Amino acid sequence: MTPLLFVALSLAGGVGAVLRLIVDGAIKTRARGAFPLGTLIINVSGSLVLGFVTQLALSGSLDDAWRLVIGTGLCGGFTTFSTASFETVRLVQQRRYALASVNAVGMLVAAVAAGLFGIVLGRLISG
Amino acid sequence: MTTPAPAHDPHGELPVASDLAAPGRPVHLAGSSILLVLVGGTAGTAAREALSLAMPAVGGIPVAIFLINIVGALFLGVLLEALSRRGPDVGRRRSLRLLLGTGFAGGFTTYSALAVDTGLMLTGGHAAAGVGYALATIAVGALATVAGIALAAARHRKQAIR
Repeated sequence: MTPLLFVALSLAGGVGAVLRLIVDGAIKTRARGAFPLGTLIINVSGSLVLGFVTQLALSGSLDDAWRLVIGTGLCGGFTTFSTASFETVRLVQQRRYALASVNAVGMLVAAVAAGLFGIVLGRLISG
Repeated sequence: MTTPAPAHDPHGELPVASDLAAPGRPVHLAGSSILLVLVGGTAGTAAREALSLAMPAVGGIPVAIFLINIVGALFLGVLLEALSRRGPDVGRRRSLRLLLGTGFAGGFTTYSALAVDTGLMLTGGHAAAGVGYALATIAVGALATVAGIALAAARHRKQAIR
């Protein structure tokens, strides 16, 4: 990996983190329930985009440098595991066990499904 | 953000200068918040990529991303518990949360790679490995978060006794 690509990938991750801040903040001001909906939407949508970009690069429709910047950088910085895990533990501490299991297992299933959907979309587009 | 708050702020409930910088503007749209998260997120992503490049997958399992997510969960647990025990989420504490939590830990850990790698394992004939990798990440990650919270709480109690 060239130093320039490494810097571009890292900066894209910073931009992804800022997008997460803005999207999560916007969702929190609208949905004030106990369930952390923002992180779920962020992780599922980011997984969809990463699946799409990964498939485009695998089929040769997209240069691998763009997969690294958009996928590893932007989607990687946008989505987050640490916050998802913290929010699950907080729901357990609040004895909201059903919401905690939705946040842990439900998010995982939804994000994997979204990633596979992104891969299928990528296959359709690259033909 | 540049105003150093005292360690034990007797008026933690009062807003400090950095909270009043953008009157009426929510935290997630304030320029200072965006800059802190940008810097932290860039550093976290750089650290994730450097570790991923140094640690190749073992038997098709992305060991680097697994370890990154576990360590990041532990770190965020320590950080958020330590900050909340020191006082309300304002001033320097909020800046640290945005820089190190939302920014660094958020950029360092990733959910999209976990999801897409799992999806590729499931559809690529490695279903058992995929299910094991994903569930192990979720379970060990939750334990790491609990451990991080406990570490920060124990440290806080020890300091309170002194």
